[in-house]
Amino acid sequence: MELTLWTYEGPPHVGAMRIAASMQGVHYVLHAPQGDTYADLLFTMIERRDQRPPVTYTTFQARDLGGDTAELVKRSIRDAADRFQPQALLVGESCTAELIQDQPGALAQGMNLPMPVVTLELPAYSKKENWGAAETLYQLIRTLLKPQLPPSGLTKPDPKRWQEQGRRPRVNLLGPSLLGFRCRDDVREVRVLLDELGIDTHVVAPLGASPEDLRRIPQAEANICLYPEIADSSCRWLERQFGMPTVSTVPIGIGATEAFCAELQELLGLEPTTKGSGHSRMPWYSRSVDSTYLTGKRVFIFADATHAIAAARIASRELGFEVVGLGSYSREQARAVRAAADELGLTALISDNYLEVEAAMAEAAPELVLGTQMERHSAKRLGIPCAVISSPLHVQDVPARYAPQMGWEGANVIFDSWVHPLMMGLEEHLIGMFRHDFEFVDGHMSHKGEKPPGPQEADPITLAAEATGVDEAELLRWAPSGQAELSRIPFFVRGKVKRNTESYAQERGIVSITDEVLYEAKAHFSR
Amino acid sequence: MPDAFFLVVGSRTCAHLIQSAAGVMIFAEPRFGTAILGERDLAGLADANEELDRVVADLLQRRPEIRTLFLVGSCPSEVIKLDLGKAAERLNQQHRGRVQVVNYSGSGIETTFTQGEDQALTALVPLMPESPTPQLLLVGTLADGVEERFLTLFERLGIGPVASLPPRRSTELPAVGPGTKLLLTQPFLGQTARALQAKGAELISSPYPLGVEGSELWFRAAARAFGIADEHTSAVLEPLVTRGRAALEPHRKALEGKRLFLLPDSQMELALGRFLQRECGMELVEVGTPYLDRSLQQQELDLLPADVQLSEGQNVEEQLERVRQSHPDLVVCGMGLANPLEAEGITTKWSIELVFSPIHGCDQAGDLAELFARPLRRRGALTFA
Repeated sequence: MELTLWTYEGPPHVGAMRIAASMQGVHYVLHAPQGDTYADLLFTMIERRDQRPPVTYTTFQARDLGGDTAELVKRSIRDAADRFQPQALLVGESCTAELIQDQPGALAQGMNLPMPVVTLELPAYSKKENWGAAETLYQLIRTLLKPQLPPSGLTKPDPKRWQEQGRRPRVNLLGPSLLGFRCRDDVREVRVLLDELGIDTHVVAPLGASPEDLRRIPQAEANICLYPEIADSSCRWLERQFGMPTVSTVPIGIGATEAFCAELQELLGLEPTTKGSGHSRMPWYSRSVDSTYLTGKRVFIFADATHAIAAARIASRELGFEVVGLGSYSREQARAVRAAADELGLTALISDNYLEVEAAMAEAAPELVLGTQMERHSAKRLGIPCAVISSPLHVQDVPARYAPQMGWEGANVIFDSWVHPLMMGLEEHLIGMFRHDFEFVDGHMSHKGEKPPGPQEADPITLAAEATGVDEAELLRWAPSGQAELSRIPFFVRGKVKRNTESYAQERGIVSITDEVLYEAKAHFSR
Repeated sequence: MPDAFFLVVGSRTCAHLIQSAAGVMIFAEPRFGTAILGERDLAGLADANEELDRVVADLLQRRPEIRTLFLVGSCPSEVIKLDLGKAAERLNQQHRGRVQVVNYSGSGIETTFTQGEDQALTALVPLMPESPTPQLLLVGTLADGVEERFLTLFERLGIGPVASLPPRRSTELPAVGPGTKLLLTQPFLGQTARALQAKGAELISSPYPLGVEGSELWFRAAARAFGIADEHTSAVLEPLVTRGRAALEPHRKALEGKRLFLLPDSQMELALGRFLQRECGMELVEVGTPYLDRSLQQQELDLLPADVQLSEGQNVEEQLERVRQSHPDLVVCGMGLANPLEAEGITTKWSIELVFSPIHGCDQAGDLAELFARPLRRRGALTFA
């Protein structure tokens, strides 16, 4: 038993709903009580979908439990099959139904339905949403492609075969789904990118795909695993059974997009092109002098594995930030996150407890947080700017405008949305210079702020305590000269200076912190 | 009750529901949590009761301000027959003097979310002290401002003392006994009413205080039960009624003659339909309610047109077919249906907002009508030509 308030991921049947709702011509019969129908609003409210997810809930009630819930399941399956006439039917159960053990999948298989039926067994008490989504996509692909399985021992198809067939090479994009982060726009951006490389986008799944589309997957030369959380198991199966290679570089950031293009060109036997990064303004924006102030900004990153790893690479290499914390709630991809953290000399935080993440965030004292909705709330509580880079998301993270993360345009979007929450470099200086003006009293940087405070008459200790955020008991260790110096430091770095100075003093057994101690500490830490 | 905490004992789905359902995750955090059952709990490898004790001790250590802890049963905890009643007794022993622990079922196997309030209040009844002293007991949650307002009005009417269930502080539960007269603020509190009646309280039957008419009848029913002279009651209420009607007028103009379809969601549908039909001039296409407790809703039923089409229970596909066939001007529905219906060109109002907004009383009738007029006004105001 585990105490939680928020969860990064829903139960696995919500993952299955994401696949069903992403596709066309698929319907999901979910053996679940009325209470579980809340999940509809994830799609209709957060994604502003204009249709209900294609899910029929059996909505069994307590009075059904003693009787024949199996009959209710069969009735629901028959009704859904008649009403929606899907090309493929998913049948599964939620946490409560799992306990009753009606085995709705087996019931459905015995009903002679006119469409393929995919039975989903998603253990609700040990697995979570992304696993459920990945398993559902995998089971769908497996069921639909079973008739096409090549006999074993056949040689792998050559990914360069397009050259003899007088056509452009084609690849599938696997993984984009509803409630994923910016998938809709990523698909559009990657299509453009592929087209520029002379590659056709064949099947995109699950987003927008029909069961018929899934049957066409083996016609492509390769699968691009855009979101490993969702598509990794499917890609590996297609590799094993159909000999289809997987492109596993996720093109988020300039370097990763270059690597993605190079991997594809090598695999498909295309001529390597000159650097495509000229398509993005991001490298120049990052090099331009205005961005100098981004140097060494401390960032804390927590997201799904795909976006956390990409963010760490972009932050450290392409924006010149210092990554001070890296973690993910994706346990299935923990190894890759750990490797990325190792490279930065960090220990990855793998956790699905947002309080633990918040504690790590506070400890790391970052100047920018890149995270999920949970980190946005935690960062707000801690007064740290934040940009959302990953699911779980909220309605505001599904923007109306075109805002991909992948490819050249994705890099532009990332530059804007990560830098925007920060105070600009010149602004930092100006506020430092004019901070004695009433407009720039502590905590108010806005011209829209409340009226300036009147002249204050309080004893110096309280004044200093108010100005520095040091409480009075602690102040005893801060000599007046130290306090005075501390209050001259701009408030947005004051916390860090204060902490550094105190730990410096503590380590050296200094009881009274004077201005000299503060500057000694400053020199010590600037090495 | 800011000093109360609701601990759902259930699955990851429960936790996910709480944080997603109302989009209130930030606000719900201080009052809600889930003890998520894991495989070990189900397989009997871990004693679920010991685990629960550990989780509760953890929670109370982290949140020392909690005075009342509700253990909320869920679909899975019910199916595995985890006895939360026993658990509450045991935890009461362990944390005696610090916190009171009660339990109820919030299982989504049964009907609807507003029943949760009924169940939670029912759980508090056994803890209420008994007293024969005459009093009026208001049952059901109200917005703070509305509650203050009602207390003032009862004082003007000469009714007192007045107590509330739930109280503002969970440790200050009102007394109940043969002198207690109950007035329900919400139509979905059947179990709580019956539990209080079993303690000797007497239920004042009335329509619910939604709209000017409903609120007036509600106050009049209370006044009659307390033997207040009609002339005095009228003298107190008439200015409110006149003002309330004036506030309604502009919204009535927007709503009059419009066709309304209420899908079942909150159990407030009858009272809302009555208000919108009688006071705002709307035409009722269908009034759906997840569950109809006639003993509490008879007076509302009596005020609805004799030929009104009522439906009880939920069958979403069939209901949506009727909505599409009748093409109403406004549909009141849950959040899962609102955007899909809007996309089909049907204007909607989410019912959840009605549970969270101050809508009770003569003074709020204008605001209540405005909640329904706004979607229509908005649709009229938008143009992309």
